[in-house]
Amino acid sequence: MKIHEYQAKELLRKYGVATPRGSACFSVPEAVEAGRKLGGPVWVVKAQIHAGGRGKGGGVKVVKTIEELQAQASRMLGMRLVTHQTGPEGRIVKRLLIEEGANIQKELYIGMVVDRGSQRVVLMASSEGGMDIEEVAAQTPEKIHRVKIEPDVGLTTEQVADVCRKIGIPDASLPQAIDLLRELYRAFDETDASLVEINPLILTGDGKVIALDAKMTFDDNALYRRPEIVALRDLDEEDPAEIEASKFGLSYISLDGNIGCLVNGAGLAMATMDIIKLYGGAPANFLDVGGGATTEKVTEAFKLMLGNPKVKAILVNIFGGIMKCDVVAHGVVDAARQVKLGVPLVVRLEGTNVDLGKKILAESGLPIISAANMADAAQKVVAAAGVKG
Amino acid sequence: MAILINKNTKVITQGITGKTGQFHTHACAAYANGKNCFVGGVTPGKGGQDFEGIPIFNTVAEAKAATAANATVIYVPPPYAAAAIDEAVDAGIDLVICITEGIPVRDMIRTRYRMRGTRAILIGPNCPGIITPDEIKIGIMPGHIHKKGPVGVVSRSGTLTYEAVGQLMELGLGQSTCVGIGGDPVNGLKHVDVMKMFNEDPLTEAVVMVGEIGGTDEEECARWVKANMTKPVVGFIAGVTAPPGKRMGHAGAIISGGKGTAAEKLAVMEECGIKITRSPAEIGKLAQSVLR
Repeated sequence: MKIHEYQAKELLRKYGVATPRGSACFSVPEAVEAGRKLGGPVWVVKAQIHAGGRGKGGGVKVVKTIEELQAQASRMLGMRLVTHQTGPEGRIVKRLLIEEGANIQKELYIGMVVDRGSQRVVLMASSEGGMDIEEVAAQTPEKIHRVKIEPDVGLTTEQVADVCRKIGIPDASLPQAIDLLRELYRAFDETDASLVEINPLILTGDGKVIALDAKMTFDDNALYRRPEIVALRDLDEEDPAEIEASKFGLSYISLDGNIGCLVNGAGLAMATMDIIKLYGGAPANFLDVGGGATTEKVTEAFKLMLGNPKVKAILVNIFGGIMKCDVVAHGVVDAARQVKLGVPLVVRLEGTNVDLGKKILAESGLPIISAANMADAAQKVVAAAGVKG
Repeated sequence: MAILINKNTKVITQGITGKTGQFHTHACAAYANGKNCFVGGVTPGKGGQDFEGIPIFNTVAEAKAATAANATVIYVPPPYAAAAIDEAVDAGIDLVICITEGIPVRDMIRTRYRMRGTRAILIGPNCPGIITPDEIKIGIMPGHIHKKGPVGVVSRSGTLTYEAVGQLMELGLGQSTCVGIGGDPVNGLKHVDVMKMFNEDPLTEAVVMVGEIGGTDEEECARWVKANMTKPVVGFIAGVTAPPGKRMGHAGAIISGGKGTAAEKLAVMEECGIKITRSPAEIGKLAQSVLR
């Protein structure tokens, strides 16, 4: 789960991580009021969306008067902000962060992620802050320093001091930087974060170390025990279809194509998308109904797929293991009757009780195109989508 | 022969009184030599009871002492599953198979850290388990779609593995052992670990490797194969069409920072002499083509 920059900063401030003073605003008058309270003489107006690259898209502006602040706030609120991470459709800006300007002497990079190889949380630090860290990693990998964190020890003072020196933090600022990084890890650990990124971490003219930006992502599997994090969820930033799907325990992701897919199992669901592409079609979604799908779940899945106006055909691909093919067939028939199926439906069933499942589909009288295997299914659904499209 | 498990393996079920634990323990005990393999179960507070004649114990240590179990399968819910793995490791169980999906990564980091220096092998979490056809199945895969034969299968996915097995069976090809290593980012055995075992196993003549987007395990495995493997390997990677930054169902199936793409994995596998297919419908035929 992602949160906004201002939420991440509020969370990190509780751990003693220094950030610029500022507050979140939902309207222009609120932004002006926040600006007045901060006092100036320099402010930063920052659009709050769950995507990076905001500066290049015009979502971050430095202003020197309240009038300018007001003008930028009214320009940004409601704007469609397009960045390299939002896709061409962009995101509507509904929240702003109004902050005091900072006296930047040096920009650094700090990140923490779960490293799959070492199975540890890894601290990444670089002297090259304020840039796309993936570019730094590609161009000058030697400028990224990594520290593996032992879960029972945490970040030690020695580890942190060493990495701080490597990225050019002067001795005078070292004690504050050490505290900041150790607290940052404590925040990461205690909130079940999966990623924290401070880019840039700045060194100010008077030697202070401040988190000028903050990005945090949390482990979805741990949200059950982090109600304070769940409270920060902004549904406006999420795909409505994905929110709807999550209510029914369906794993759903919207894509750009016109073939809806309903599959059991994440791996098979991905493979189904892949084979549709291979046969010249394009999947409209990833949808894993899970191992214990019921008729209700299958019905909801159909509603979701048919709620997408781009969908021109649907492919159901089930390899029954625990999930019996006859149960899926009943679900498909019920769903098709309930939701008024307006597009061709291709069904491929295999595995447990497959003959019974096929019989149920055949006897339903529904215009279902049955497929013998994955290749046959993909070919048929791509053809069906083409005819209708 | 086979790898990891065979008809002599003694298994206990942790979480045996839960709905999932009951359902699958019943199915596993009914498969091949399962009756003799599934020797006990663990549910705290229910020691002394039994499930279909399988004795239940309060702790793994008690179960091990009474049954000489050397393997365990875990169906404990996510909040308690990592602690269940810890308990099994502490009790000296050799093979720990964790089916549970949805364990917090933080818990798994700590559990894997605690496992350092122990001889326990972990499979999963978030996996279908392991089957050595016609001998024993430990997990949630449908037993009846398998039969004994020369192909080893290792995969991060459940149903996609069944799909691959289904294709093998259509061509009359049985399996030595099928290992589901799971879809989580922090897990036990990786592709490369299982590949090494298949290389040593006399029954296995070829290996099907099914991967997916996220991480670099498949690449590591491919490099090992190039340097060491004496048997043919074929592979498929799911997720060529997956958009970056989105978690595709499995917690570990995410392309991040341009790393972990299917294209990258397929390229490395091919470079390393693994025969790959971009069609999930061709996995069986590809395996057949490399068998003598």
